[in-house]
Amino acid sequence: MTNDLIQAVEQADTPATLIAAVRALADARLEAGIPTLIAALGYNNPGAALIAVEGLIQMGESAVGLLLEKLDGYNYGARAYAIRALAAIADPRSLEVLNTAALNDFAPSVRRAAAKGLGNLHWHKLSPEQIQSAQEKAFYTLRQVSQDSDWSIRYAAIVGLQLLAKEPGIKPHIQTHLQQMLGSESDRAVRARVQLATLSS
Amino acid sequence: MQESNPEADGETEVSPSLTVEQAIANLTHEDVSLRYYAAWWLGKFQIDTPAAVNTLIAALNDEADRTELGGYPLRRNAARALGKIGDIKAVPALIECLDGSDFYVREAAAQSLGMLGNPACIPALKQLLFGGIAAAVQVPGMPHLAQPYEAVMEALGTLQATEAIPLIKPFLEHPVERVQYSATRAMYQLTKESVYGESLVKALAGKDIQLRRVALSDLGAIGYLPAASAIAQSAVENSFKLIALKGLLENQLEPFKPESLNDGAVKVMNLMDTLL
Repeated sequence: MTNDLIQAVEQADTPATLIAAVRALADARLEAGIPTLIAALGYNNPGAALIAVEGLIQMGESAVGLLLEKLDGYNYGARAYAIRALAAIADPRSLEVLNTAALNDFAPSVRRAAAKGLGNLHWHKLSPEQIQSAQEKAFYTLRQVSQDSDWSIRYAAIVGLQLLAKEPGIKPHIQTHLQQMLGSESDRAVRARVQLATLSS
Repeated sequence: MQESNPEADGETEVSPSLTVEQAIANLTHEDVSLRYYAAWWLGKFQIDTPAAVNTLIAALNDEADRTELGGYPLRRNAARALGKIGDIKAVPALIECLDGSDFYVREAAAQSLGMLGNPACIPALKQLLFGGIAAAVQVPGMPHLAQPYEAVMEALGTLQATEAIPLIKPFLEHPVERVQYSATRAMYQLTKESVYGESLVKALAGKDIQLRRVALSDLGAIGYLPAASAIAQSAVENSFKLIALKGLLENQLEPFKPESLNDGAVKVMNLMDTLL
């Protein structure tokens, strides 16, 4: 049964059969199907990739190890989908990968997904002594990313900061930074997002 | 299903650095490729000094840089740069460009006249629409129609040229989809009738991804708020959707009341957040 579902994805020869096969595999929620769902992120079929992302998010923590291990260094489209899945699963094991991607990836789509994800990790899964340094790391990264030259990346950093501000330890630093941005941000749309973040956090 | 690079919208930019003085000097350099690059550079960095603007205006009459087919690459770049720079002193020279022999110079001039926002160009732009769709056919051997209709109608829409409505409306029936969309976009800007916005929303469900992207960008340009959810759900790459939604968002922000966020703005931002 499992093998049939996997083979159906591997042997799909039209975009429509690929989408159907990925959907069937995702719906089955099989750990053995995770590598195939990850591979489907890189088939240049956005419909199939979105279904695979949803499937991987459903698998939750059990998909994190392989997502991190198999992150596609060449296909940035696939990488953006994988980062989106990692961001949604929010396992703190993703911190390093999200941090590096938010700062350095050459593809804006990857950086945006990583910045949003950095704000939203399940911090409580870390030990109490790890939490503070992990949150500070995320904050320093997001603060830096919020100064990027690309408006969409700044926008994503603000969304990340707003999410991170749910954590009481780091919240005052974020509020101070958002207030500074209200004065300095020149793009109207981005400034509106800063404003929304200050109202929400 | 092969799709082109989803982030071709300015993913990387490598531009050799120039100083303003060098760029202006290069506009009359004997190496015509340096002229071409200098014109682009001045526009990219919106250098609005009188020397830059005057030299670019002079470049609109350049005769040295020619393509095999008789085009004027430097004039095209100079016309584009003058739109980005935003000095209305360029308006008369750009209007003259609308009469030129190079389609792409006329197109760049129409776009820049739209950006400059000065209504003096409206009669000249209208003239390019004379003849209606009967005249709006492909030029033999060239990949374009007789006139840059899309750029002209978009400029007339931006300029709020309601007197051009009778000329634009027939183009809603033009056989080329992109031309239809431009007419639709302009008609929305000139009438604010939702039927035109909805027509572009319908185009988001079209079969061709390039056309979906065009419709998306038109909706962003007119800031049509009822399209917000349809934009977020359309089968187009997130980077394009974010840009279109940014257009909607900007249209919801009151220029003189930066502290107020209305429900429409918040709704658009919530959608944008889901596309990161």
